[in-house]
Amino acid sequence: MIAPLLTATGVRVRLGGREVLRDISLSLAPGQLVALVGPNGTGKTTLFRALAGLLPSQGNIDVGGQPLASLSLAQRARRFAYLPQGHVVHWPLPVQDIVALGRYPHGATDPSRLAAADAEAVRRAMQLADVADLARRPVTELSGGERSRVALARVLAVQAPVILADEPTASLDPRHQIDVMQTLRAASRNNVLVIVVTHDLGLAARFADTVLVMSDGRLVSQGKPDQALSEQVIAEVFRISAYRAEYRDEAVIVPWDGP
Amino acid sequence: MTDSQAIAIDGAAQRRAGVLVMLTCLVILLVLVSLGTGPVWLSPVEIAKALLGAGTDVQQVIVWEIRLPRTILGLAIGGILGLSGAALQGLLRNPLASPSLFGAPQSAAFGAVLVIALGLADVRSYALPVAAIAAAFASVFVLLAVAGRNAGLLVLILSGLAISSLAGAATALVMNLSSNPFVVLEIAFWLLGSLEDRSFRHVMLALPFIAAGALVLWRQRDAFRALSLGEEAAQSLGVDVGRLRLLVIIGVALGVGGGVAVSGSIGFIGLVAPHLVRPLVGYDPARLLAPSALAGAALLLAADIAVRVIPSTSDIKVGVLTSIIGVPFFLYLIVRERRSLGGGVL
Repeated sequence: MIAPLLTATGVRVRLGGREVLRDISLSLAPGQLVALVGPNGTGKTTLFRALAGLLPSQGNIDVGGQPLASLSLAQRARRFAYLPQGHVVHWPLPVQDIVALGRYPHGATDPSRLAAADAEAVRRAMQLADVADLARRPVTELSGGERSRVALARVLAVQAPVILADEPTASLDPRHQIDVMQTLRAASRNNVLVIVVTHDLGLAARFADTVLVMSDGRLVSQGKPDQALSEQVIAEVFRISAYRAEYRDEAVIVPWDGP
Repeated sequence: MTDSQAIAIDGAAQRRAGVLVMLTCLVILLVLVSLGTGPVWLSPVEIAKALLGAGTDVQQVIVWEIRLPRTILGLAIGGILGLSGAALQGLLRNPLASPSLFGAPQSAAFGAVLVIALGLADVRSYALPVAAIAAAFASVFVLLAVAGRNAGLLVLILSGLAISSLAGAATALVMNLSSNPFVVLEIAFWLLGSLEDRSFRHVMLALPFIAAGALVLWRQRDAFRALSLGEEAAQSLGVDVGRLRLLVIIGVALGVGGGVAVSGSIGFIGLVAPHLVRPLVGYDPARLLAPSALAGAALLLAADIAVRVIPSTSDIKVGVLTSIIGVPFFLYLIVRERRSLGGGVL
């Protein structure tokens, strides 16, 4: 078995007096795409923030064998590439400057003066996310699908061992959803741990190597998609029933009916 | 396609450099005009001679004692106002941000007014700028105490609004309670904002604070670009957003507090300058700082020259002029940004 890249032991987070994460423990190896699923408000985004060190938490988080607490902000930024929900950009900056911000943790703070290695990382990331043609376009002029690919390229440019993507497929059409998931899965094959929050159980079953199911601040199920998303888990956690099948050796899960 | 785009991007970098050169030339030109303009007109040659210690005694006194301090202050205060505006707009990711948002200038004005009203100093005294800078500092500390170091931007803006309202009310109260009508008149004129009759003592007192504030703000420029992605993404890229916010507020307090202390309140330059240069250099908040500072300096120098040449029975104060031009511009911006304002601040 491969040594885990990211481990969490007894992680708890309290926000505004409410316990949002209750005793989360996990251990994830690199080289896989992990889908984190669960109903709204179960603490998925909070778990991401805690894992990336953007939020104080109790318990232990180790990344690459080092405790998160011992890492500086810059060191954390080089280990976790974080894609928040909604991929906001506040100013109409050109796409290549946005992607180049992925090199910020590596000290390349000025996109107009990138070292060769940084420029190469930016070029590769734009190619992988298929935004090379958009390089000079202001990001605010792009369609939703294009913007999400730009955000993805920015995250890939960090070349971090862990990628945390919070709902990267939200509000995308089916074609772009599949594009994004395929790009992230391809990235994971370079010994990267990719964790994706999604509400789409179908996408999770289709693309993830491992599925983590959260309910009410706890991790209630984990494993291969068809095991983690068993009939019982879907009924108890999501309070629905689902159509289940297999197609081309991948699990198919389609939310079908109420309880 | 790609080739023409490559030319376009080189063109953009060249245009940014060109705009900086153009703005610098404009500022130098305005400095010369400012040194030459007044009841006695001086040519650039006469100015140069006077600066070098040649020319008549009268010309030397006019240039060195009267116009040079005024010009240096116009340059420095306009520059720091433009820089502060661009920095705050970068921090808040909102094109309507300006120094007065955090209440620092209003508080500085209150500090100065209090000193005048208590009879501790008149408008040309040394104690005045010290009090103004101290009040600007105090307002920032109160702001941080109320909002907390990791407060959201909305909380900061609301706290800043409350503090500027309080400073305005306190200033009005001081004037209200003052028994000496001459003091009230003096305060009222001082509040209008002016660069007249300033000496090198004013320059020496304001300049170190303005320079320190400018340095603090300038060093944060790359973080503003990362902040374009929002606070959470910026933090995940290694930007300490809480610390950045603290440094920007300190930089603004130092620079604007020091400036307001010697000039009285001069409004809207911090708001207008970044907007004037955005169409020329683009929206990147990091690349906006230097051109905004130059545009701010040019604006204030031009306004200060204008009040000297506009024919009028009594002196028009430069702060009045900048507000009369600035407020309609502010309203125009609100109309233009109205749709995006709801989401932009949060």
